Amino acid sequence: MKAKFATFIIMLIFWVVMSGMFDAFHFSLGVLSCLLVAFFSSDLLFPEEGKPWLRELFGMLCYLPYLFWQIIVANLQVTYIVLHPRMLEKIDPHLFRFETTLKRPISKVAMAQSITLTPGTITINIHENQIAVYALTEEAAASLPGEMERRVAKALEIE
Amino acid sequence: MNVVVIIFLLTGLFFFAIGVLGILRFPDFYSRLHAAGKSDSLAAVLMVIGVALYNLQEFNVGNLLVSIKIMLIAVFIYVASPTATHAITKAALVIGVVPWAKGKGRK
Repeated sequence: MKAKFATFIIMLIFWVVMSGMFDAFHFSLGVLSCLLVAFFSSDLLFPEEGKPWLRELFGMLCYLPYLFWQIIVANLQVTYIVLHPRMLEKIDPHLFRFETTLKRPISKVAMAQSITLTPGTITINIHENQIAVYALTEEAAASLPGEMERRVAKALEIE
Repeated sequence: MNVVVIIFLLTGLFFFAIGVLGILRFPDFYSRLHAAGKSDSLAAVLMVIGVALYNLQEFNVGNLLVSIKIMLIAVFIYVASPTATHAITKAALVIGVVPWAKGKGRK
């Protein structure tokens, strides 16, 4: 029930932002469709009832500034490599795998997306606990899993 | 205000240019994907922020809603871009595109 209500609130906020019309007719249409959507498909947004999703959301919000900072730093590194006149000496692309200690699927996905978002590394595959990564340089590869994994664990690994 | 908007747009443009240059200069398929899929993550967000700020010059509820919608584009890019990059890389690996290794020279 709590999940349904939360879905309804989120849907309603989204509706208001998207429609931008506040008269009774449009707003009641929005409330009606949000109710229907919340009733039928709240389990898509909150698959496990009773999980501390508020804590999860908060963790994610704390994680985002760090991710954004990493993206800026990594972008500058790639910019340096691209503009370097002897670029072929600078890069050393290779594929490697590492074990992750993350347990929940959602945190593994968050980890994989973060790795791909930060330039210099692409996640190729996740199999069980192994993450396959294609790295552009030696330094980019060396920085994994390290700090990022710890941050993701802090944000999303909740028992 | 205009100056801030122009700075945002120009830095975004700069990183997009770096992305294009990267596609042209990198030696193989995978490293090109790095350049293609990544510079987006910063450049697109910078440009979107610039446009949203420009739209907010005359502050009212309608403009604010439009700006939020513009920022939602950035959220969408952040979800979709890594997923697409990941899918393309995996597909290339499955059909056996050979990665460039050090010392091979330019293809």
